[in-house]
Amino acid sequence: MLTTISKTGIAAAAAAMMGLSLTAHAAEIRVMCYQDGVECEVTAAQAKRFEAANPGTKVVIDTVPYKTIVEQLPVQLAAGQGPDIARVTDLGGLSKYYLDVSAHVKDRAYWETNFGATLPWLRPSAADKGIYGFMSQLTMTGPYVNKTLFEQAKVALPGPKATWDEWVEAARKVSKATQTPAALAWDRSGHRFAGPAISYGAKIFDAKGDLVLDDGYKTTVNKFVAWHKDGAMLKEVWAGSGGSSYADSIGEFKNGRVAMVLSGSWQINRLQKDIGNAFDWVAVPNPCGPAACSGIPGGAAWVALKTSKSPKEVGMFLDFIASEANYAEFTGKTENIPAHAGLAKKGVPYPGATPAARAALASFSAGVASLSPVAYQFQGYKFNRAMMLPTVARVTQAIVGEMSNDEAMTKIGADMADAVKQAQK
Amino acid sequence: MQLAVRLCGYFFNLFEPLFRVGQRWLGLSRLGWLFVAPNLLVFGLFTFLPILINLVYATTGGVKLMPLERPFTGAENFAILLECRDYFDLQSCRKDVFWRSIFNTARFSLIQVVLMVGLSLLTALVLNRKIIGRGFWRSVFFYPVLLSPVVVALIWKWLLQSQGVFNAGLVAAGAAPVDWLLDAGWAFFWTVFVSIWAHMGFYTLILLAGLQAIPKDMYEAAQLDAARPWRTLRRITLPLLIPNLIVVLVLALIRAVQIFDEVFVLTGGGPGSATTFIVQFIYQTGFAEQIHLYGLAAAASLMLALGLIALTLAQLRLTRASTAGQKAR
Amino acid sequence: MRALNFLTRTRGRQKLDWTDWLSYLYLGVGLFTLFAPIVWLLMSSLKTESALSQFPPSFLPYSQKTVQVAGHDKPLPLFTVRQTDGSLREMAQVRRIGIMATLVDPVQPQQEIRVNINDRKPVNELTFAWGNYTDLFAKFSFGRYLWNSVFITVVATLLTLLINSMAAFALSKYQFRGQKAVFLLIIATLMIPPTIILVPVFLVINSVGLLNSLWGVILPAIATPTGVFLLRQYMLTIPDELLEAARMDHASEWRIYWKIILPLSAPALAVLAIFSVMWRWNDFLLPLIVLSRSEYFTLQLALNSFQGELNTQWHYLLAMTVITLVPITLVFAFLQKYITTGIASAGVK
Repeated sequence: MLTTISKTGIAAAAAAMMGLSLTAHAAEIRVMCYQDGVECEVTAAQAKRFEAANPGTKVVIDTVPYKTIVEQLPVQLAAGQGPDIARVTDLGGLSKYYLDVSAHVKDRAYWETNFGATLPWLRPSAADKGIYGFMSQLTMTGPYVNKTLFEQAKVALPGPKATWDEWVEAARKVSKATQTPAALAWDRSGHRFAGPAISYGAKIFDAKGDLVLDDGYKTTVNKFVAWHKDGAMLKEVWAGSGGSSYADSIGEFKNGRVAMVLSGSWQINRLQKDIGNAFDWVAVPNPCGPAACSGIPGGAAWVALKTSKSPKEVGMFLDFIASEANYAEFTGKTENIPAHAGLAKKGVPYPGATPAARAALASFSAGVASLSPVAYQFQGYKFNRAMMLPTVARVTQAIVGEMSNDEAMTKIGADMADAVKQAQK
Repeated sequence: MQLAVRLCGYFFNLFEPLFRVGQRWLGLSRLGWLFVAPNLLVFGLFTFLPILINLVYATTGGVKLMPLERPFTGAENFAILLECRDYFDLQSCRKDVFWRSIFNTARFSLIQVVLMVGLSLLTALVLNRKIIGRGFWRSVFFYPVLLSPVVVALIWKWLLQSQGVFNAGLVAAGAAPVDWLLDAGWAFFWTVFVSIWAHMGFYTLILLAGLQAIPKDMYEAAQLDAARPWRTLRRITLPLLIPNLIVVLVLALIRAVQIFDEVFVLTGGGPGSATTFIVQFIYQTGFAEQIHLYGLAAAASLMLALGLIALTLAQLRLTRASTAGQKAR
Repeated sequence: MRALNFLTRTRGRQKLDWTDWLSYLYLGVGLFTLFAPIVWLLMSSLKTESALSQFPPSFLPYSQKTVQVAGHDKPLPLFTVRQTDGSLREMAQVRRIGIMATLVDPVQPQQEIRVNINDRKPVNELTFAWGNYTDLFAKFSFGRYLWNSVFITVVATLLTLLINSMAAFALSKYQFRGQKAVFLLIIATLMIPPTIILVPVFLVINSVGLLNSLWGVILPAIATPTGVFLLRQYMLTIPDELLEAARMDHASEWRIYWKIILPLSAPALAVLAIFSVMWRWNDFLLPLIVLSRSEYFTLQLALNSFQGELNTQWHYLLAMTVITLVPITLVFAFLQKYITTGIASAGVK
């Protein structure tokens, strides 16, 4: 047995060495990709077409968990290592590692016309005019509702201008009638939390443009904690973890344990696949507060990285996947909202989308208009996670009773200030 | 098999001349350095050097990864960690999670070590009796030790989740389901339970070996004196077991203070910060947050290392004192 | 009577007394506590995703029966429906809209009835969801992860045995200045939890150029203090006369190490090998920071990393967990005698 293993080992080593020598001559670009649905698979197929059209260039799509992008990639980049392209969500935080590929794209005007609104999100400073990548999708946070549960409970869905309080009340009634463990849940994320906060009047930024915690934010925290304490919110999602680690509530939604969740448009594909015909689900407009009825825009972007050794090929590949036809294919197959201005106007066919998914996409696209300008500013701010992460950690502590809401607010403020101060050193 | 033997032969012949030369140069006794060199090299590069780098991190601030790019701040990180308005109120500390995690770790280590060593001793005593299939039972208790912390945590997370089999049993018995991992008290209990579940077998085996090394004539002498079992245990068994008990206690304590993987997967440190232990705090501060506070993480880890060394030395001194006391009797 | 006698026979001449029964009870409880969770894991890993979300859960894996009905190309799920006359009938569901389901008799598909979804119950049958396992191999290039884990484990164990035994030999059979300091230094590293030096280790591995390489996971892990300690303790018991005799025969020190010390230390080496296999197979933190290219992932890394993604896809998670613990279980089953006796003797010394 040992002999066969040794023989296989030697054969494998030989094969690996041969493989190495073969690829040594071609340009190889590595793309670090994460997916909520099928984003990396679709891109891999497109990469094959790119390779066929450009012999001599190899494109390797590395599908990694989201955690790797969030935790490992920044450390690698800081150490001078990393892939050529990555699909990232911390647009501002990683901007110092982006590579300007404007010299390598074919038609700069195309980029400006179609991605002009979101290109600034990738720029390290306002004055910069470089092209560092593009948004692979435009996402929006917003709620999903289990329509079947509402029907079973004979409760009508609140209208488009309903407030959070009205939604929570309705969901509570539904939960009681259908005996679900809780009425609703929000993703364990400061990004999700910011939407209702802004709707309740949080200004997020003060006059100088620094992060600030005001009464609007405090109201949201108080309401959120109260909803947990009276059982409206499902405890598992926020209280089930420590620190500021991310947890989504879609799993609970899928299993019919809550009537409503606050998540985002990137989940549409997953919902379609995983729920199937088990129950009817709809995306509803963001509930209102006194100030707005807003969610937070966002999305993952393809960015070129300074660690790349083949900037020209990187530019060419980004150009390829940003082209209208390929972007339309990507958007259609992954059931996302396009960040491409031309396609947003024209409309994208979504082959394979069920009526439920189509309706959800339409609902989110329509909701883009009600996004508050503060939401855009927040998304684009470099240190927004300095506010988002402590919110998650401290509000959880308030929920489980480790501290009062006021103390939690104080601590969020302190953590936020500490983080920003260190980041600016 | 033949291939393996031949490979070993090649390997042997490869290095022999090196050592013959070395022997001529260094002389016999100093040849030891050559043998210990590879181990020292790896250890120096991948353990000792990182500890030194950690010192650099601990005394610098900012968020850059490369140590040389970080601004020197002296003891500022330590000051931040230790800053508290009122030392009796954990909440008032600047880094309240740090203090909470120390408190949690201390509480956990104390309870877990005592319980685990106690249970291991009990199991070893049971296994030492005349029972059938001792080898089988030994393996049974040792098996969980082989499982990785992630696997152990996932198994228990699956059992304890709100729709898991534990709650199913409760509901079937007519009781209400319990939030096993969402209640601070229960979550803590389960971290202790699961870590004992996973590691007890290892210590049981060490204690069992110690028990089996006690010469039988000791027991026979006791039986002749018509000593009751409890007395035999106290006067003969336990004192002779002390060396093994010391090893077990020291190892268990070191492991308990360093616990991270299984708790992180099981509870994530939650609910809130109820099961956040010190190593998780260090990991969170240095790795998990967007703004990596490497300096703070390094400062905290230095404090942990020092604390652990102090604890172990204290433990050794205490047990040496008690052994000396025993011997004197 | 004979059987009972056989079962209760102890090695001594006495009959079982209450302490013996208590001991067996304790051992039985221990067996249950230690193995029931693992059995539950195995059974759960064979359930389909929908079966996993059933509450209360069943022990055996069940899944909803489907039936092929004329006129429909996909098999339809089967439900039992209570009829108006009180009897139960098995019907196939054609569609569900809102809270009303449309069901047909599989034999007579023309007749449709509409029923509230609360009034129907799924028909279940025993199904082993092997798909959980096969899907993993397709989805996550599992074979690759397995190979990486095996490669790291085997190579790291061989190297560990080599350099730890060399160091132990030096520390037990030689007297040189600074020996004690070296030994204490090696032991002191037990106090450093690996998490603490994670970032600096990353920097060192990066500067040596071993990032995203399996060697970056192998090399830092081979100088284990426990291994050196274990082997040294054992080697101390090897009589020096053997070495002296060999030296008088003009054997080189390397030859002495290779031909005398190593074979004589076989039991301790076996224990260290088993420990090393266990440690490297279960290694998670070091691969986490060193390997970020998915083709280099190890099984534990994949399990933990995708755990976040799959945090509610328990059917894959459970199957992955089982796959990860099968190899170590097999090693254990074959070598359990060595393991348990080896640790015992190492612990004694």
